[in-house]
Order: sequence, then structure tokens, then C-alpha cells
Amino acid sequence: MSASAARGQAIRSNLIKIGAVTRFLLRVLGQALPALSRPRLLIEQIYNAGARSLVIIMLCGLFVGMVLGLQGYDLLARFGSESALGVAAALGLIRELGPVLTALLFAGRAGTALASEIGLMRATDQLTAMEMMAVDPVRYVVAPRFLGGFIAMPLLTAIFDCIGIYGTQLIGVVMMRIPTGTFWSQTVNAVELRDIREGVIKSLVFGLACSLIAVYEGYYAEPTAEGVGLATTRTVVTSAVMVLMLDYVLTAAFL
Amino acid sequence: MAAAQRSIDMGTGLFVLLGFAALGFLTTQLPGSGLQLHEARDSYNVLAKFDNIGGLKVGAPVSMAGVNIGRVSAIQLDTSEYKAAVTLSIERSFARIPEDSDAEIETSGLLGANYVSITAGGSDKFLHAASQVQFTQAAMVLENLINKFFANSAGKQGGAQ
Repeated sequence: MSASAARGQAIRSNLIKIGAVTRFLLRVLGQALPALSRPRLLIEQIYNAGARSLVIIMLCGLFVGMVLGLQGYDLLARFGSESALGVAAALGLIRELGPVLTALLFAGRAGTALASEIGLMRATDQLTAMEMMAVDPVRYVVAPRFLGGFIAMPLLTAIFDCIGIYGTQLIGVVMMRIPTGTFWSQTVNAVELRDIREGVIKSLVFGLACSLIAVYEGYYAEPTAEGVGLATTRTVVTSAVMVLMLDYVLTAAFL
Repeated sequence: MAAAQRSIDMGTGLFVLLGFAALGFLTTQLPGSGLQLHEARDSYNVLAKFDNIGGLKVGAPVSMAGVNIGRVSAIQLDTSEYKAAVTLSIERSFARIPEDSDAEIETSGLLGANYVSITAGGSDKFLHAASQVQFTQAAMVLENLINKFFANSAGKQGGAQ
């Protein structure tokens, strides 16, 4: 009896949370246009979410591409089709690895920063102070950060893809001596605009999800040191799970 | 304050520029259907008509003795002969290809992509811009071969009965 009551309680609190996140999303989206009219705030957030993630994205992209090059070469060489390395790596990066890994890195690098920043504002009563001055914190604090992340994600993903393909090319062409022409002509032959579209749409969805989760967790963080830490942890965990689940749904929708 | 603001603007500008450059590369340079900048390399076009091109696509490599010498730049249907008219864009540095060379559509590996292979003939005249390859050999379509093989063996069995 009490077990089923507890289960009912858990289901209800989860439903409440989903509802609250959706309401928060609508509230943020409602403030998106006013936030756009203050480009200063937005640029600062694109800088925080995007430009400051650039180095880690490029470094990871390069190594992911190089690992794909090594693994792909070893696998394809068994079938005598090493020349397809570029195709395998480019399609894998553009459609799957680019958007997913960028989103995971983004959640770890930018999402946590967002959540802890907003959470600390909550904990130090800055958000409450804004509310008391009749200034909407969603408009001036949350919306620009959300939009900044949403705009930065597809750009970061594109950079990740390009660096990754370059990394594969380093291994395939420079190290394994696949002819440059074969590598690129096969790749250019196989990649279609449809694949790029899939990657871009995925990165947009992931950008929305990761940014929303980060600002939500920060905004509703427990106003204590522990609460801010918890919000940061929850941001990473929820983002990672959501990204991987959404990735399955999107991939199934695109195939 | 202003200097800090300016450095943020510069970082953001750099990031956005890089991002859009990467997006631009992905959408225009990578897909075969996109516009190709390196296409502008000096090359001449030769026409070859095939009975069947199988899975040949625009952008496929053109090779001679296994060496890449150009790419397929256009594929059209010639409605007067009902053949596939394939335009081969060959690099200027490979200008000395005998006129009576043979163009054949081959497959790289068993299941790989199709490409055009040119086998040199013996003529001392060379292919030039807008000339047509005389001898062509259609793509070998694996499925058709398998079908034929099974049809043959079924026919033999029928004859033995």
C-alpha cells in the first residue's frame, strides 16, 4: 500500500517537473524577442557559451577524428576498402558524433557554468532583488543565456565536424597514405546535403535542450552552496541523458 | 571596461565567423551536389556515351592505369540514342590521351563506388576539348550477372530433364 503510494508520489512529482520545465521554456521563449533587442547581453552570452568552448571543442574534434581514422582504417582495411575511410568518418561525424559529442561537451563546459552562475545569483538573492525592483530576471538573466547557448551550439558542431574530418584526413592521408584525391572525391561523392541537414537539426535540438536544462536547474536551484552544486551536477546528468535519448528519436525520424 | 567589452566582441566575432565558415564548408564544399571551388583547376571536357552507367555519379573519379586524372562533371541522357552521355573533366596536365582510348565503368572493390577507367589506345592523335571517346564499355551490373548465372543454370537443369 505504502509502496504504491510512494510510486504514485514519484510519478506525480515527475509530471510536475515536466510541466514546470515546459512552462519555464514558454516563459523564456516569451522573453526571447526582448532579449534579442539587447544585443550586448546576447553577445556576451554567445561569447561565454561559444567562444570560450572553442578550444575544447576543437581539441576534442581533432582527437575524435584521428581515432575514427585509426579505427576506421583498421576495420576497412580488412575488406580492402580503405578508400572509404573519408566517407565513413565524414558521415559518422556529421550525422552522429559531431552533434552528440559537441552537446555533451557543451553541457559539461557551458551548461555547468550557466547553472552555477544563475544558481549563485539565486543563492545570493540577486534574482529576488531584481524581482523586487520589478525587473524580470527571466528577461535579463535567463533569456540571453538560453539564446546564447542555442545560437552557439550549431556553430560549435560545425566547427567540431570540420576539425574532425581534418583529423581523419591527417591519419588517413598523411599517416596511412590513402591518396588525397581518392579520400576527398569519395567523401564529396557520398556526403549529401540531407546528411548536413540532419546534423544541423540535431545540433539545434540539442542546443535547445542543453541550454534549457542548464538555465532551469540554475534558476530553481536550492539557494544554498549545496543546492548550487547539486544543480550543476543535475545539469550534466540530465543533459547527457536527454541528448542521447533525443538522438535516438531524431535518428529514427531521419532514417 | 570598454576594452574588456571590445575583447568580448572580438572573441564572439571570431567564434561566429569560424562557425559560419565551418557551416559554409559543410554545406557547399562537402556534398557532391554543392558548388565546388577546386573545380576551377585547369581541365578539359571529353564526352563518352555508355549503354549503362550503373551507379556512376557526378563527381566520380576518372582514372587511367589506376591514377586519378579527373572527375565526372555531368551525366545526361542522350534521347537520340538512348545512351548515357557522361562528361569527363580531365586535368590539363594529362592532355596526351590517345584518341582511340577505351572508357570503361568499373567498380572499386566488390561493392565499392563506380568510377571511369580509361585504357590507352594506340593512336598518335590525342583527345582534346569537346571530343568524344569512341570506344566505351558499359558498367557491369552485379545483380544482372547473378540473374543471368541463375537463369543459365536453371536452363541447363531444364535441358537435362
